[in-house]
Amino acid sequence: MTTLPIEPVPAPPPSIETPSADSRWSSLRGVNASDRIYKGILTALAMTLPLLIIALFAQLFFSALPAIKRFGFSFLWTSTWDPVAEIYGAAPMIFGTLASSFIALLIAVPLALGVSIFLTEFAPRWVRQPVAFLVEMLAAIPSVVYGLWGVFVLIPFLRTYIVPPLKAVLGWTPFFQGVFYGNSLLAGGIILAIMIVPYIAAVSREVLLAVPASQREAALGMGATRWEAVWTAVLPYGRAGLIGAIILGLGRALGETMAVTMVIGNRHDISLSALQPAYTMAAAIANEFSEATTSTYQSALAEVGFILFVITILVNAFARVLIWRVARGAAVGSKAL
Amino acid sequence: MSARTVRRRIASGVMTGIVAVLSFTAVLALVLILADLIAKGASSIDWAFFTKSPVPAGESGGGVANAIVGTGIVVGMAALIGLPIGIGVGLFLAEYGSGRVGFLVRFIADVLNGTPSIVIGIFAWTWMVKPVGRFSAIAGSLALAILMIPMISRTTEEMVRLVPHSLREAALALGYPRWRTSLRVVARTALGGIVTGCLVGIARVAGETAPLLFTALGNLNFTTKVTQPMQTLSLQIYVYATGPFEEWHRIAWAAALLLMAFVLILAMVARYVTRQRYGRAR
Repeated sequence: MTTLPIEPVPAPPPSIETPSADSRWSSLRGVNASDRIYKGILTALAMTLPLLIIALFAQLFFSALPAIKRFGFSFLWTSTWDPVAEIYGAAPMIFGTLASSFIALLIAVPLALGVSIFLTEFAPRWVRQPVAFLVEMLAAIPSVVYGLWGVFVLIPFLRTYIVPPLKAVLGWTPFFQGVFYGNSLLAGGIILAIMIVPYIAAVSREVLLAVPASQREAALGMGATRWEAVWTAVLPYGRAGLIGAIILGLGRALGETMAVTMVIGNRHDISLSALQPAYTMAAAIANEFSEATTSTYQSALAEVGFILFVITILVNAFARVLIWRVARGAAVGSKAL
Repeated sequence: MSARTVRRRIASGVMTGIVAVLSFTAVLALVLILADLIAKGASSIDWAFFTKSPVPAGESGGGVANAIVGTGIVVGMAALIGLPIGIGVGLFLAEYGSGRVGFLVRFIADVLNGTPSIVIGIFAWTWMVKPVGRFSAIAGSLALAILMIPMISRTTEEMVRLVPHSLREAALALGYPRWRTSLRVVARTALGGIVTGCLVGIARVAGETAPLLFTALGNLNFTTKVTQPMQTLSLQIYVYATGPFEEWHRIAWAAALLLMAFVLILAMVARYVTRQRYGRAR
């Protein structure tokens, strides 16, 4: 309340404009049998989602069970992957998944936050919608098309223009050792970065739009420059949501399959060098699942899928909680296709 | 103006420039990819590309007729399964979704939206391929349908929520029962938006490859049998792009251009329709 009423103001009538859904109905009209049937049908349909997630979890777990029993936790940190001897350890692909996602975030976060800050705070009004649309279109490109582009355009470009200077400057670090053949952790990371930019940008843009104008006005009123207002008032206010957006992008990167499979080199090996081939969990499933002939092999790949599923569920759930806190349950980012 | 003020103003200007350049870079990536698709793919799109099936490896010529038809069948069946369920879930979320159950379903939909599609592929394989011992188009459709449901449900919910409450009141005041109000008035009003959401969902899964790798599998021959392995454009691009022949790469680029055009056109139509209907609300 900003004004001080002299007379006590009567409480507003129960809001009809924006009531919560159930009360929205009950306040309006009685229920009859067909209404109950309608609600029942919709509820039954809605139950498919909880059932689906439980079924996914249970099915992956039971498919993975033979491998879990046989290899135990050593599956996570041994690196032998030998279908002939039936010994499986997923450490290289777990490493590759994390490393490629890390490179992707390193590139995508500044880009995506730059896009969202520019679009919400600085861009002229006529630029905002078209640029937001174009960035969102990046999410519409199918993964396999990214892969094709990566193989025939990005990798030759890296080989000619990026890797030689990179090696000249940073070749002494362990991260840029060895000969660059093209398919590599670096190529996978860059492709992933382009792919997750639209997700991070769309969500963080909505987070920034949800920051009240009063925050900016207050900072500007104190004499801050426009950037200072963004840096000291807007970004801290939306911090939780922005972190959520980044984690959501991480979730995408961890599970992305086709484009990465096509450019990362698919080698069961742990190398710190970004120029060397690597492997990811999703790529291993994509490459090997239809050729897995023995039940142990299938089970090992199912366990890889199970680990991937659990990790992405946790990452996504965490991200959603952070974003919801800012955006209050709106389907933020669903516009990014 | 003190030196300090000048410095702060310059810093502000520089940072504005940096975020503008970053935005430009992101847009540039899209432009580059589209330009490469057109440059490398457009010249290979001719009549044979649409009407012929692939020729044996190493020979030149051939097209992707089997993959175009296959994409239509696999995605069409996925839509038949996924759209009704997705729309139903969306209606539930919009109409009855304020309680605990609604919260849970909404949360699961959002989480499932981020689940790797390859994992869904394993799921579909276990249920549809392993028991019968044969890869099939219908297994691929099931995987794509599962991907669609959470996507469609969230967009449907959003669109239904945009319908003004007064419409609902008016219908109820005229004596419509709730279910008819919900279907004939509320959902009907949001129909444009719901259809848009469905188009976007279809476009999205049409480009999916990972869940089809060990369900629909791919097929170099023309087939319409849904219990057999079937080719899709995305699978064909994958096989051809990673194959050794120049001729294959050529067709992969053309197929990628076709797929991209399909997805982009659907996305633009969707955007145009929502704009017409809801103005510049967002």
